[in-house]
Amino acid sequence: MPIDLYAEDIIMYYEHPHNKGAMKDASVSMHNENALCGDSITMRLKIKNRIVEDVKFEGDGCAISVASASMLTDFVKGKSLDEIERMNVKSVFKIIGFDPGPARLKCATLSLRTLKEAAFAYQHKAVDAETQTL
Amino acid sequence: MTARAFNVDRVRADFPILKTKMNGKPLVYLDNAATSQKPYSVIDAISNYYRTYNANIHRGIYKIAEEATVAYTDSKIKLEKFINANSMQEIVYTKNATDAINLVSLSWGGANVGRGDHILVSSMEHHSNLVPWMVLAKKKGAVLDYIALDKDNARLSTKSLDEQLEKRPKIVAVTHASNVLGTINDVKSITRKAHGAGAMVIVDGAQSAPHMKVDVRDIDCDFFAMSAHKMLGPMGIGALYAKKGILDSMEPLITGGDMIRSVTHNSYSWNDLPWKFEAGTSDVAGAVGFGAAIDYLNAVGMDKVRKHEKEITKYALKRMNETRNVRTFGLDMKGLEDKCGIIAFSLKGVHPHDVSQILDGEGIAIRAGQHCAMPLVTEILNENALSRISFYLYNKESEVDKVIDAIDMVKKKFRIE
Ligand SMILES: Cc1ncc(COP(=O)(O)O)c(C=O)c1O
Repeated sequence: MPIDLYAEDIIMYYEHPHNKGAMKDASVSMHNENALCGDSITMRLKIKNRIVEDVKFEGDGCAISVASASMLTDFVKGKSLDEIERMNVKSVFKIIGFDPGPARLKCATLSLRTLKEAAFAYQHKAVDAETQTL
Repeated sequence: MTARAFNVDRVRADFPILKTKMNGKPLVYLDNAATSQKPYSVIDAISNYYRTYNANIHRGIYKIAEEATVAYTDSKIKLEKFINANSMQEIVYTKNATDAINLVSLSWGGANVGRGDHILVSSMEHHSNLVPWMVLAKKKGAVLDYIALDKDNARLSTKSLDEQLEKRPKIVAVTHASNVLGTINDVKSITRKAHGAGAMVIVDGAQSAPHMKVDVRDIDCDFFAMSAHKMLGPMGIGALYAKKGILDSMEPLITGGDMIRSVTHNSYSWNDLPWKFEAGTSDVAGAVGFGAAIDYLNAVGMDKVRKHEKEITKYALKRMNETRNVRTFGLDMKGLEDKCGIIAFSLKGVHPHDVSQILDGEGIAIRAGQHCAMPLVTEILNENALSRISFYLYNKESEVDKVIDAIDMVKKKFRIE
């Protein structure tokens, strides 16, 4: 293995995920599944004046997907919808600190895809092509 | 190799990939339910075909075309004998088991299943022997029923089978061996009961034909599907066995060249069996490789293959059941006679993807996910995903030990006891 996918911090986030749980009065929520491995995730966002005030996720997944959802949700708090719309696969690598490789890419990007779909849905906009590739 | 005692190291020497490394570690290949590795004899037979007698079959009258035609037909005769069919007319080559099952659901099902009819499938089917029947039921307005599992979540419930058969289904679709639970179903008795209720029977043999002696006449099923790539042969070819009378009554799905006896500007007639179902140029190299795979399995002996796999499965079940926080699914040690070399398991607190990723780093190939059996995994076993190891004739007990060591590594990383 070229990189250690199971470095201490990934396991930490898996055991103690950030922003995991329910959210009442969410402005928008979005659910996604990774048919390949059975992972599922729901993202809930509270949005005010086009800024993400709070975000929570729920779901079941591997260490990579839970850790990346944890770090991503930390990252987007306080960000604007425009900033979220501009995020892509490279943003995920930057946030989690590594490129997980092709076999695990979907595990790492499912949370961003779901988050972006939520952001588009909130604005009644169609999901763009780049998001669909996540 | 005939009559020799089974020697796993001698078998391993025949498989070039087993000498390779994965992530710098000797390859431990334990995903045989997904696809098997190939011996030199299969690889060489394919390469030899392309190097020395590649030609289209049933057409040329020159020497190598004749050789290719004979090789293609020989392959079918080998398979006919391997599963004890009546004649090679009952063997239709397809792309894989999935393709074979779809031929039955679309052609036979399309003509014989109608509104309000019942179709009975088991609760442990691979999507390949489930989705085609769901689609047929939807298209025709038929009703899809399920044979439930016993309380142990390992065997099919006889009571449920009997109850469902009272609805007099048109066809019963059941797997010979489950790719998740490893359970070997008593397809002979299921067939007898189904026939008694007036139903046809299709057996999915994708996980049985590679690992045990199969006798389709003894089972008496009407259809039997398999894939060459899971039984030492190449990818891209599989087979449908069907009783001759049934094949005679069925219409081809694909039409064109080779499957026709005569064509005039306004009429046509189908070719003889099995060619009527094989339109267009066939996968001759695939058939040649399939034939070589059958030769290899015959030389080892299917009884020995089964015995070896039973022993290694027993050893693996014992080691895994001794490992804390590992839970295995399907039949346990006591049910070994009815279990093939497939063990699905979970490690408490760790997602199966993470387990297989860490094992990958140790050179160990196992499968994680829902194994194309979503209803079974998520609705019956109540798991989002499972890890699975699956054996073949070349696996060794020392490889099981490596798996257990690697599971210990996973536990350390995830701080589990
Ligand atoms: C029980 C069972 N049926 C059918 C299939 C489908 O085989 P193929 O993909 O070769 O058509 C598989 C393969 O995974 C299987 O395990």
